[in-house]
Order: sequence, then structure tokens, then C-alpha cells
Amino acid sequence: MKDLVIIGGGPAGMSAAIAAYENGVRDILILERDENLGGILQQCIHNGFGLHKFGEELTGPEYAWRYEKKVRELGIEFKLNTMVLDVSEDKVVTATNTEDGIFQIKAKAVILAMGCRERSKGALNIAGSRPAGIYSAGTAQKFVNMKGYLPGKNIVILGSGDIGLIMARRMTLEGAKVHAVCELMPYSGGLARNIEQCLNDFGIPLKLSHTIIKIHGKDRVEGVTIAKVDERRKPVAGSEEYIPCDTILFSVGLVPENELSATANVSLSPITNGAVVDQDRQTSVEGIFSCGNVLHVHDLVDYVSEEAEIAGKAAVEYINAARGESVLIPIKTDGKIRYTVPQRITKKKDVAVYFRVSNIYKNVVIKVSDGDNTLLSKKKIKVAPGEMECITLKKEAFENAKELYFSLEEM
Amino acid sequence: MERKLTCIICPLGCEITVQTEDKKVLDITGHTCPRGKAYAESECTAPKRTLTSTVRCSDGSLVSVKTQTPIPKEKMSECMAILNGVTATLPVSIGDVIVEDVFGSKIVATQNKK
Repeated sequence: MKDLVIIGGGPAGMSAAIAAYENGVRDILILERDENLGGILQQCIHNGFGLHKFGEELTGPEYAWRYEKKVRELGIEFKLNTMVLDVSEDKVVTATNTEDGIFQIKAKAVILAMGCRERSKGALNIAGSRPAGIYSAGTAQKFVNMKGYLPGKNIVILGSGDIGLIMARRMTLEGAKVHAVCELMPYSGGLARNIEQCLNDFGIPLKLSHTIIKIHGKDRVEGVTIAKVDERRKPVAGSEEYIPCDTILFSVGLVPENELSATANVSLSPITNGAVVDQDRQTSVEGIFSCGNVLHVHDLVDYVSEEAEIAGKAAVEYINAARGESVLIPIKTDGKIRYTVPQRITKKKDVAVYFRVSNIYKNVVIKVSDGDNTLLSKKKIKVAPGEMECITLKKEAFENAKELYFSLEEM
Repeated sequence: MERKLTCIICPLGCEITVQTEDKKVLDITGHTCPRGKAYAESECTAPKRTLTSTVRCSDGSLVSVKTQTPIPKEKMSECMAILNGVTATLPVSIGDVIVEDVFGSKIVATQNKK
């Protein structure tokens, strides 16, 4: 029996553990499948982390170390090289490692902090055989930054998410030639700063509204045919262009890794691919919480840490049976606002609602209403799907609301 | 001359407009913080970047490193060449200086390695 079992020892898991400890729960166990704590930050050796949380610019491993150091100082227990196989609805965690064999732990509360994985090439339906030289951007990142292998010399990247942009720079610095970054959408999914410092600094072309329609080569990638796409994202005949290359990186999105959430019967959102949660990041199963990229994909690790603190603190309240009076206010969106986290409010307290929009919009008003009256509105010069937004609702504002409705209006 | 920049200091990525004349900065608009203003000024006179990479350790593994402060942007590939010739002696702790004095900065470790 444990008070709290946390699945995943990345930024979310460590931050949740520290928050739980600092709020009074001592009997905590973190289960991590890798050989180190830190999760994906270990391979993100670039800088830009922690500006929000620590007021300074850190690399991924440095950011992770801030939390690992704290976990070690507080003496929070963790098991590395440990794979969780199952989480049940009544919070029995089944895991395995080479020392303990297969073991089960009953927990009073469970925090899911498994992170996300990359969407693979298989999900994209691109013509061609299966030559060597095709990697997800994150796999290439692990090879270059942790193993010291350069996957290729002439690179084309599909997808302009941040990992793809970061890898364009990294491969260039290590001596490869990145010929193009193709993006299906008319805008990049990455941060503006990364387009500037990862592509523009090195003269790497960003081809918006372009995709790879064929991969050439049988044993090894020999080239790609790219084409422009129309508004319906279909290739435009006559716009094809052949680029010789030996390697293709896919940076085409991240998918929260929720297989374990499913075994615990946690309700998942088809939009975020993560759990449906309340303001405390509690899922549909009482006592099971979810935070970080397993809940929804974040742009910044700083926000992951913050969200995990909410979950860690709430888990302590749950363990101490101190959760108080509850309500149920669902938060709905108009489609232009693609989703919110949390998706529902169960307690009358101030709530920070995070959300993403579905397209690039300029000069907009974000409105929060209770169906009849506008409770709050916020003007924004520009919103983009790649940038998470946040509105804090004061508890007085939604006191009498039966539901909340988030909408976006263009001015 | 007018130059449009995307600020790289934080994830906001403000679009900054800089008015220059003969490399002298006359006016900066569009920034939302003092760090952004300083970035725009430096970008139009002497652009700098923090470089992050890895170096080999004595056991053949890698340790991640960075320039402690930004270095001139045009020196990045030269700096990479220097790093390719460096071996870090284990153990390495975060903040350990791996190379003294590269283009006005230092190379420091960003990872602990036993």
C-alpha cells in the first residue's frame, strides 16, 4: 500500500511528487521506465526552458536536474527501469523490472504522468517502400544528442513542430545539410522564435502548404517528391519537386500516451487524446489524476511543471479526504477554441483555464459566458494553434453558472 | 532602414521593428519587455546566440554543453569545430567549465555524468 503512486519520472511526475510531498504526503513512489529521471528533457539539450518558472534560460537536462535534485533531497522514493503494465480502476498498479519481477501496489491516489510520443510516418499514408533513413525527429534527436550518431547528411524534414525545427538546427550544426522543412498547413506549428533561430539563422527554407508525396529509394532513402497542397490539403498537380536526400525526419505531432489511462477506465477526450479532467486534474475515476503531456501536449515544460503541481496538491487533498463541497460545471467550446483544460469545474474556486485555438486568428476577443451573460472577455492581437492560451476565472464570476462556454470572435 | 525581427528571448516571439541608419539603431518598437529591446539592439549591431551541443567524455559517452553566455552568431560553426576536438574528463557536473574562453564565453556542462 502506498499513499501516492506516480507513473512517469519526467518533468510532470517529478513536479507532482514534490508538490505532494510539500503538501504533507510522504509515502510516495515514482515509477519510471527509463534508466534516469527527467524524461524527454534528457535529450532536449537546447536552451529555452525555465524562463517562466525560474526566470532564467536553461537547457533540458539542467531544467530536469532542478527537479531531480529536489526529489533526491526530499528522499522521495523512485524506481527506474520499471515498466508499468496496468493501472486498475481501484488504483492497483502492476509493474515490472529486473529486480522486483512483476509486482503490484495498491495506491490511495495515482497520478498519471506518462508524457506523449511522436506521431509516426505510418499515420501519414505516404507512397514508397520502406528504405532506411526515415526517422521521427525525436528519434534522430536521441541518436545525435545522446548516442553521438548523425542519422544522415542530406535531410528533408516533414512537419514544422518545435522538435522538427530544433532538429533542423542541430543537424546543421553537426554538419548535415537540411534542404527543406515542409509543412502541410499554411502556418507553422512551432514557436516563432524557433523559426527565427533554427531555420532563418541557417537559411533553411520553410515550405508552408507543402507535403511529401513520395519517398524514393529501396534500401536507403534517395530522395523525396514534395508538392504544394491546396486549401483542402490535397497535392496540386504540376507543383511536384524532387529533392535528393538520404534522410527524412518526421515532426508531425505528438500523441499523449494513454494506454494505461484506458486500462483504468479513465474517460479520454477525442480532441486532446488525454483524460477529461476537472480543475484539480482529477480524471473521471476518483483518485486518479493526470498531468503534463499525457493530459494534453504543452508548448512549454514550465506549464507542465505548473500543471503537475496542481495535480500533486489535489492528490494530497484527496488522500486526506479534504476535497470539500463539489459542483459540476462543464466547459464547452465553439470549435474556434479547439479545447480547454480543464474540461469541467467541480469546485468553486479560482480556476486557470488553458485552451488552444483551431486556426490562426488576428484581432480577436475570447469570451467566456454562462450561456446568457458574458462573464469575461479578453482581447488578443493574434492567436495560433501552436500557442497555448490561459484565462483565469474568479470564483465569483461563475458562481451561479450551470455551464461555461468559451468562444472566439473576430473583430 | 527598417528591419523586422522575431524576438527569440522568450516563447512569446514578439515581432519587433527596428529603424536603423548606417548600423546605428534609431528606434525600436513592438517589443514587450526590456530584454526584447536589448535583443533587437544587439541583433542589428552584433547578433549573438547561445550555442548548445555535446562533447565526448573520456569513456566515449556524450555530455551536453552550452556556451555560458551568447557568442557572436557568425562564430557558431567555428565553435562547433572546437567542440569536436574536446574530450571531457569524467566525472562531470552541471556548470563545470569544459573549455575556457571561446569567443568571449566558456563552454560549460549542462548534465551530470559519473
